[in-house]
Amino acid sequence: MPDSRRPVWWAALGGLLALALGTASVVAQSAQETAREIERYREAVADSSPGELWEARGEDLWKMPRGPRNVSLERCDLGQGPGVVAGALARLPRWFADADRVMDLETRLLHCMVTLQGLDPAVLRRQPFGNGEQRSDFEALSAWIAAQSRGMTLAPPLDHPAERAAWRLGRELFFVRGGTHDFACTTCHAQSGRRIRLQELPNLSRPEEARRVLGTWPAYRVSQGEMRTLQWRMNDCFRQQRFPDLVFGSEVSVALVSYLLHNASGAALAAPGVRR
Amino acid sequence: MADPMRIRARIEGDQCVVRVLIGHEMETGQRRDATGRLVPAWFIQRVTATTGGRVVFSASWGPAVSKNPVIQFSYAGAKVGDRIQVTWVDTRGDRRTDEAVVSA
Amino acid sequence: MRRLLARALSALQRTSARALCLVLGSVALSLVLAACVVGPPQTMPREPGDAQRVRAALSASFVARGQAGLDRLEQDLAQRLCSEAEAAGKPLSDDRVQAIERENQALIRWPAAGTPLLGDWRSGERIAQSGVGRQWSDAPDVPAGGNCYACHQLSPDEFSYGTLGPSLLRYAVLRAQMPRTELERYTYGRIYNPQAWLACSNMPRFGSHGILTQDQIRDLVALLLAPDSPINR
Ligand code: HEC
Ligand code: HEC
Repeated sequence: MPDSRRPVWWAALGGLLALALGTASVVAQSAQETAREIERYREAVADSSPGELWEARGEDLWKMPRGPRNVSLERCDLGQGPGVVAGALARLPRWFADADRVMDLETRLLHCMVTLQGLDPAVLRRQPFGNGEQRSDFEALSAWIAAQSRGMTLAPPLDHPAERAAWRLGRELFFVRGGTHDFACTTCHAQSGRRIRLQELPNLSRPEEARRVLGTWPAYRVSQGEMRTLQWRMNDCFRQQRFPDLVFGSEVSVALVSYLLHNASGAALAAPGVRR
Repeated sequence: MADPMRIRARIEGDQCVVRVLIGHEMETGQRRDATGRLVPAWFIQRVTATTGGRVVFSASWGPAVSKNPVIQFSYAGAKVGDRIQVTWVDTRGDRRTDEAVVSA
Repeated sequence: MRRLLARALSALQRTSARALCLVLGSVALSLVLAACVVGPPQTMPREPGDAQRVRAALSASFVARGQAGLDRLEQDLAQRLCSEAEAAGKPLSDDRVQAIERENQALIRWPAAGTPLLGDWRSGERIAQSGVGRQWSDAPDVPAGGNCYACHQLSPDEFSYGTLGPSLLRYAVLRAQMPRTELERYTYGRIYNPQAWLACSNMPRFGSHGILTQDQIRDLVALLLAPDSPINR
């Protein structure tokens, strides 16, 4: 056996990182150190991120005949014509004539699963976010589709009145205080350079900061070992706001995603990215 | 069933550099679920890589390795077109083997 | 005197908001014609129906889950006026500020006469650390935490603190010139309902919104004021 084996324990690094993050409140550690650790992890997994596992499954899910009609999603129109995946993420959310509403990527996937494959929307909405062995098809499909827009420039359309209305609704929603804690998105995301505990909070109404983060969604979340979509992010920030449960693909979720992605217009797409 | 591994094996200088991405929950046995119950331990215990019948990498793991681990190792004496097999076995006795071809 | 200070602070915040608004206004003006056709979204003007659409969209987009019912989408006076002013980028008028602060002053409940306002700072530290409570994923019967460290620096031993609020390190030491009973009442009231002092504060109204009990707030007052608390040591 050659003794030139040199295992590099990225695995262990990931473990350490998870540990460091999990116990951030007891470990004396500066925000910069955490950011540096994440950056190192990001570099380490740059050409083999766990996100690839979702991408591979997403590609299979796209091509596999499924549902009562036993058809694949290959005729799904993500905005660039039936079956066109390349560049689709760069031009979403958008208004779709067949549904007469604005949809983001996950909402459009839900629409295609229902209209093409004949799947039950109520069942699909029950498991929109993966949790360990219970996996979400939306997360896998989104990861694969996002990867087909890598390197492109984010430029969601704003030509249709409904697209402009969605953006304006998203802007209003960004300011809505409510719940037991009086929180709005602006409480945490309307100032630059602030943080909650050690987590840095991007100012999402500033295009520079929105561009920096939003081009990497959906993203692999190291602390959870899951691929997460913007629909998940909206749901989870509303949970932190102590609001009730945000419905997957709802008007509010799509309007906020529209607002955020338009603010980030011009971002270089690099999804699926890596997050804390 | 477990996801296929993603294996990349590339010749760099006189070494073959192999990167393996494994989809696995790697439950430590310390984590509690939403209802407060401990989630039972379930992790990969052994990873082995072989090429042409010879073992070029092996590792024993405990519960401290992160979910969906990425490993990298290198070995000498490979050439383009060689096949390399990677196998893991976990605490439930599940196992999975995947293969890759060494590229330039 | 604290009240004056808080008021000066809020006036300051309002002026800077106004200045920002002016800058935005002039930028918007030069772009507004182009914006009407394709322009960048930042310059898209608000339209009269926008605020109304929010209510309808909210009630169509959430479901009750766990302890978080749909009633959490109803806004009280402060939530409504603050959201509106912030969305419009206009400062609240002085009478609205006063209306909010007056309403919230009236919501403060004080411990029974004779009960000291300082509880146990060690328990206060645990409450300040804990972020559980009031999310749909939280058990409803478990007492909530205050999660003060999410937004404030408090004990010098805790490095993992947020910066949405000011540092509270050496809180009592820095306020030594304030009469003691006044400081105690100010601190209790400030945690119970920050908007009694500062309309549209970003700090939750822990007492009035039933997040923390009076005793929990007394423990936090002790954390901030007790001479042997790590904050003042
Ligand atoms: C109580 C504070 C809080 C509120 C309120 C809040 N968020 Fe967040 N938000 C966070 C935290 C914490 C993170 C995660 C940072 C991390 O993971 O490091 C985050 C992350 C995000 C991200 C991802 C940023 C990135 O780095 O990619 C987006 C987008 C986002 N929030 C949008 C929203 C929207 C929209 C709202 C209103 C519905 C909202 N947030 C309300 C705290 C908040
Ligand atoms: C979401 C963020 C947030 C949380 C959580 C929070 N605060 Fe605050 N706090 C603020 C902000 C912002 C201010 C400044 C504005 C104001 O004075 O209301 C503030 C101000 C204060 C002040 C007044 C300081 C002064 O100089 O007079 C005190 C006291 C205080 N907080 C205590 C607490 C305590 C105790 C907790 C935990 C129960 C807490 N805060 C939780 C955001 C927060």
